[in-house]
Amino acid sequence: MNLARKDVWHNRGRFALTTLGLGTLLMIVMGMGGIYRGLTTEATQLVDKVGVELWVVQRGTRGPFAEISRVPKTLVDRVAAVPGVAEARAFVYHTIQRLRAGKPLRASVLGLDWPTDKGEWLPLSAGRPLAQAHFEMIADRSLGLTLGERLPLGKETYTVVGLTSGMSDPAGNGFLFLTLADSQAVQFDQSPEGIRLERQARRARAEQIDLGNTQPTMLERAAGPGSQLPALPPNQISAVMTRLAPGVNEAAVKATIDGWADVSVYTRADEAKMLLMGVVERSRRQLGLFRVLLTTVSGIIMALILYTLTMDKLHDIALLKLIGASNWVIVKLIMQQAIALGALGYAVAWLLGQKAYPYFPRRVILTPDDLLMLAGVVLGVSVVASLVGIWKALRVQPNVALLG
Amino acid sequence: MRNVAIETHGLTKVYGSGHTEVVAMRDASLCVAHGQCVALIGPSGAGKSTFLTAVGLINPPTAGRILIGGRLVMEGPRALTNPRTFRRKHIGYISQKANLIRFLTARENVQVAMELNGESSRAARARALELLEYLGVRERAAGYPPELSGGEQQRVAVARALANRPSVILADEPTAALDGPRGRQVMELFRRVAHEQGAAVIVVTHDHRALDVFDTIYEMEDGVIRSGAAELSAASTFSGGKARP
Repeated sequence: MNLARKDVWHNRGRFALTTLGLGTLLMIVMGMGGIYRGLTTEATQLVDKVGVELWVVQRGTRGPFAEISRVPKTLVDRVAAVPGVAEARAFVYHTIQRLRAGKPLRASVLGLDWPTDKGEWLPLSAGRPLAQAHFEMIADRSLGLTLGERLPLGKETYTVVGLTSGMSDPAGNGFLFLTLADSQAVQFDQSPEGIRLERQARRARAEQIDLGNTQPTMLERAAGPGSQLPALPPNQISAVMTRLAPGVNEAAVKATIDGWADVSVYTRADEAKMLLMGVVERSRRQLGLFRVLLTTVSGIIMALILYTLTMDKLHDIALLKLIGASNWVIVKLIMQQAIALGALGYAVAWLLGQKAYPYFPRRVILTPDDLLMLAGVVLGVSVVASLVGIWKALRVQPNVALLG
Repeated sequence: MRNVAIETHGLTKVYGSGHTEVVAMRDASLCVAHGQCVALIGPSGAGKSTFLTAVGLINPPTAGRILIGGRLVMEGPRALTNPRTFRRKHIGYISQKANLIRFLTARENVQVAMELNGESSRAARARALELLEYLGVRERAAGYPPELSGGEQQRVAVARALANRPSVILADEPTAALDGPRGRQVMELFRRVAHEQGAAVIVVTHDHRALDVFDTIYEMEDGVIRSGAAELSAASTFSGGKARP
């Protein structure tokens, strides 16, 4: 006869409610782990999925994700000319926040180097890659955009032609993929008044120098479009993504480019490390801390529950001792209940999580390894939590059964 | 006395010390044979329950010796055997309150005692139902303790005490919660168990109406066992075999 099962069945209502409460708590612990895993996955997924070996960024910066990097677009051609480089693409990356249907829409805009890159490498869940140089975009589902939806950005309106799932930046903002030119148009968009003021300021600066006063056409040029002024650089890009030819020594190519005085080069592993150890490090630590604290709180609550359950049946335990039950029978009774409570709480947590996690503000990824580890922790905590109840039960004397 | 089942020599129990010292039992000596049904009577506070719990290896005495089946099991406060194991195998204890495990049914309350003693679940279940039938509560086998009347609970407790066919049965005012006729039925049951199974039975009771069922009556007062009435013939006619109820 399994005494633990009999006791649980007899008090099934209370046990069910207790399990539900514990399960809810464990669901949050499980969710924290899932958010932690989601955070690290999101942080590195772009670097992992874009399929390039080297990132060439502004010298001395740790861009393009950990900090801002600005390099000229001509760097793409310089990198492409290095022996061993199969392909070099411009990379533009910036964050926007606009209003959509009265609600803020926060997204990371990523420029694809059209026509080399049309977004074929993206994990599309609906629609297609970009098919024209302008006014199309691929959006992540987390942004709430639908296929065919038209979204005004800057002075133009862009149509969603493809949808991805789970493509977010380290901060959890969904990605918008536009062509490089479009993404720069969005990034450097200025209002007409801003443009007029900038041209006027240039003219004023030219008037303060002798050359401007002696060359009237220069004043006219200074007040014209910035793109027609050779003195002003074209819009810059964030980085150059570099794919190597098969069999090429990555370290050798990296050393070559690293020898240039104006850029730094990072491998895919370097970028992933910078993201994990820099961009999301604090969040990782916070989540880890909360996870440990919540697990500890769960353990304390379990210990209290088990202690209370034991106290409630102290008379029955004394009676069992009176009729000759060994200590092992008592230990089994309490420990099996503890393990049952932990196991059922874990199952409830998992089931609740399946319904609740899709509504969490961050992506929750449950991996088999993480689930297994948490199951082990819950089992351990259950056993440890039962020790207080066991200690109390072993101290009770059989003659307590004869009192009152 | 032949076939001595219980022997106590100079049992003394002292609670507290100094100003708060209370002597609950003083030099209590008694012998009970197999097949003998003995009553222990006396006023409240006389030390009857203290004596019974000492013999049941539940509450050790301060001094004195206890032998059960000729084996020294307690010397002073020191147990010479594992009390719980010994109790499980050799002693059936029934308290004033029915004392059933609340999360087990009537049948399971009887069954668990046998399973703790190594009986298989199936055999224990069958014998539990047999005992409940014998005690007239078979139809209440699936009921939990709070669903049973006081008398039914007490009969289930008796069934549990008999479950492992103990050589010693100790009952502390087992009829306190029962009406007159039912109380007498239980007392007669003890006598029958003693005579049929050869168990040594000590019953602490206040119920003087049923004293005629006992082979011997001892009186206890101020912690001392003072007198024993004439032994009836049952003990001497015990043949030593264990009959099933």
